[in-house]
Amino acid sequence: MKKILKSTLAIVAVFAVFTSCNNADKSSNSGALSSNNAEKVYVAPGEHDSHYAFISGGYSGNLTVYGLPSGRMFKEIPVFSQFPTNGYGYSEETKPMLETSYGFVPWDDSHHPDISQTKGKLDGRWVFINGNNTPRIARISLTTFETEEIIEVPNSAGNHSSSFITENTEYVVAGTRFSVPVPQKDISIKDYKGNFKGALSFISVDPEHGHMDIKFQVLMPGFNYDLSHPGRGKSHGWFFFTTYNTEEANSLLEVNASQNDKDFIAAINWKKIEEYVNNGGGTMMPTEYAHNVYDDDTHTATSTMKKEVRVVNPTEVPGAVYLIPTPKSPHGCDVDPSGEYIVGNGKLSANLTVHSFTKMLDAIKNEKFAGEAYDIPILNFEGVLAGSVEQPGLGPLHTEFDGKGNAYTTFFISSEVVKWKLGTWEVIDRKPTYYSVGHLTIPGGNSAEPFGKYMFAMNKITKDRYLPTGPEMEHSAQLYDISGDKMELLLDFPTHGEPHYAAAIPAEIVKNNSRKIFKLSENEHPKKALSDADTKIVRDGKNVHVYMTMIRSHFSPDNIEGVKVGDKVFFHITNLEQDFDVPHGFAMIGARNAELLIAPGQTRTLTWEPQKVGVWPFYCTDFCSALHQEMQGYVRVSPANSDIELSWSLGE
Amino acid sequence: MKPIKHVFLVFIIAILFCSCKDTSKDTSASSSDVTTETQSTERTGQAFIEDDGSTTVLSIAMGSKDHTTLVAAVQAAQLENALVNAGPLMVFAPTNEAFAALPEGTVENLLKPENKDALANILKYHVTPGNYSKDFLKKFKKLGQANNDYVKVEVVDGEAMIGGAKILASIKAGNGIVHVIDKVLLPPTE
Repeated sequence: MKKILKSTLAIVAVFAVFTSCNNADKSSNSGALSSNNAEKVYVAPGEHDSHYAFISGGYSGNLTVYGLPSGRMFKEIPVFSQFPTNGYGYSEETKPMLETSYGFVPWDDSHHPDISQTKGKLDGRWVFINGNNTPRIARISLTTFETEEIIEVPNSAGNHSSSFITENTEYVVAGTRFSVPVPQKDISIKDYKGNFKGALSFISVDPEHGHMDIKFQVLMPGFNYDLSHPGRGKSHGWFFFTTYNTEEANSLLEVNASQNDKDFIAAINWKKIEEYVNNGGGTMMPTEYAHNVYDDDTHTATSTMKKEVRVVNPTEVPGAVYLIPTPKSPHGCDVDPSGEYIVGNGKLSANLTVHSFTKMLDAIKNEKFAGEAYDIPILNFEGVLAGSVEQPGLGPLHTEFDGKGNAYTTFFISSEVVKWKLGTWEVIDRKPTYYSVGHLTIPGGNSAEPFGKYMFAMNKITKDRYLPTGPEMEHSAQLYDISGDKMELLLDFPTHGEPHYAAAIPAEIVKNNSRKIFKLSENEHPKKALSDADTKIVRDGKNVHVYMTMIRSHFSPDNIEGVKVGDKVFFHITNLEQDFDVPHGFAMIGARNAELLIAPGQTRTLTWEPQKVGVWPFYCTDFCSALHQEMQGYVRVSPANSDIELSWSLGE
Repeated sequence: MKPIKHVFLVFIIAILFCSCKDTSKDTSASSSDVTTETQSTERTGQAFIEDDGSTTVLSIAMGSKDHTTLVAAVQAAQLENALVNAGPLMVFAPTNEAFAALPEGTVENLLKPENKDALANILKYHVTPGNYSKDFLKKFKKLGQANNDYVKVEVVDGEAMIGGAKILASIKAGNGIVHVIDKVLLPPTE
């Protein structure tokens, strides 16, 4: 016993020497234990991360910006949700962003961010993201890091197989999870089968400004369309969607949608349909959907209600739509960088199914059909199958690629990421995740040119990974180094909301384009004030418009009289600063909306409906200067029947 | 005690390499790889969180006197983490008696390290991604199991029989349900 103790002690001593030795040589890649990993994720104070990660916020409705490898969060970008932090969705300029055909919808469930591409490579111009609940697609600028556009998707419900980008950003594609009556009508749910349709929407993206327009919708059979990815390289021009519930059940799907041994991957030749539509094909269907566009010059969003959409039935365009049988309710639908392999992960399957694009074309050419569904040809499973990865784990969900011939798949039930080789289908490595992983992201990992140094897994369950914070915890993500043969876990970091999926990109593609200020000379806001001479207050019935400026460290005007109970006051405030990172805030006592955070050169409007007679203060919320606490003002509110004239002043 | 001496020697050598690392970085790098590898993940994961306070299909099986063979098998196949996931998971848990009814030597043979995959395949055939009560199971004709095979569901005398096994008891878990069955389910052989 003594001897064992001694030996143990000796070993411990050896480790102590070993590790302390390593600490003496920090720059070396060698070394032992965790100190090595600490170096790999350490970004020294003042240094920059090498990659941006744009992580969806799930039920927060937003998008968060992180740095890799540090796992530091830099920004939360409001997209589909009101955001009191900066007044998005509360200010008059941004409220139109959240308009829909259902009215003002101030939240959503944001799922799949995807970065714009040129020739299959991430170009870092925009991030697109889908709102799952009230079907919408948003476009976020990677120069201003603000949401610039949101388009609603009609005939869709549960906008899940979205928002994936074709290789030249020709289209952002949005598929419906729920099939619904198209057009909507009052029928019994029991009449689902054959009557409900699944709309797959191809939204064109204007190459210069990024503006979105629904080019056409393919009205597919009433399955559930789960995820999708574009073909690339040789398969550019096609789009692939996983389906489940090909049984077309309308109740208890966990039983009734798992009856078929195989569901389908729908393969859509969008180029063919595009050509058909360009020649006048398809039908304009009356509908309603909002299209909301933000303008950087007017600093204002406008919302337009569109009244019709072009729909195409798949049978109208022969040779454009095929169904590829894929085992057991496939979820993830991922295409490798070459465009040859289409991976369908049956979430109830233990195997991964990989289809071959080349074989698919051959099966189409030689009509290797296994039947048809609603007149859409079903290809022969074996005729399209490239191979399968046998029993790599339990509950496969999503796959990304490193550009070196390897694929990485998440397994929800067995809580791991498995690395496997394309073509041989052999498992190379597996690493656990903590816990219950959903998506994973490799920078560019769903494009033709992955950057393949890092991979991070986004998990649904956190449990003991961090200090506990009560029953509700932020989800955990894990960062792995994938530069070697084996994956190496480097870091745990918390994510905000539900980190459903993420897109990541080397920082150098984006960071030099990041905007620092908005130029006052380019400000075209109709109610801007560019100097003290422009400041004024105008009464229009009960509406009182205050044209105000802000600069370190005062508002102009800062004394306002003549406002009455029952008025609606619009504070139109322009931030006159032209220095990077000097926003000012505006907070009005009793404001029942939010504060405003106004970027340099920007104009924003907050409405305030004074309830009580008195003298009410406002102040700057963003610590802007040494005299931040001096940046304040008063509004005198008089009784409704008062005859006090409007007046305003600064320093008088 | 001799092996321990050897280990000791190895580490002495490691010290030597380490102390002269500046001149031989490659050597120390390879020894670090070995160290990382030995930080095995086999006994980490959700199954090994302490004081979690929630019941799982695994913790229920582990707490049952009638399922010591099953638990030993799960441990031998290293499937613990698969049974504590959010699931939902439905585990058909054969009793010790059911395992004992297998031909003599079967269990012992499966528990051998070289048969880990075969054992895992059989065990995964007892797991369904789902959570259904005994009564509800009557709605199914078959269940898709975690090993990728299907198990047949029949209704005999008004009760659901799973692959010919009878459900003796059902226990709800935080992440699913455990149905105690009277027979070991054997996956269909090709």
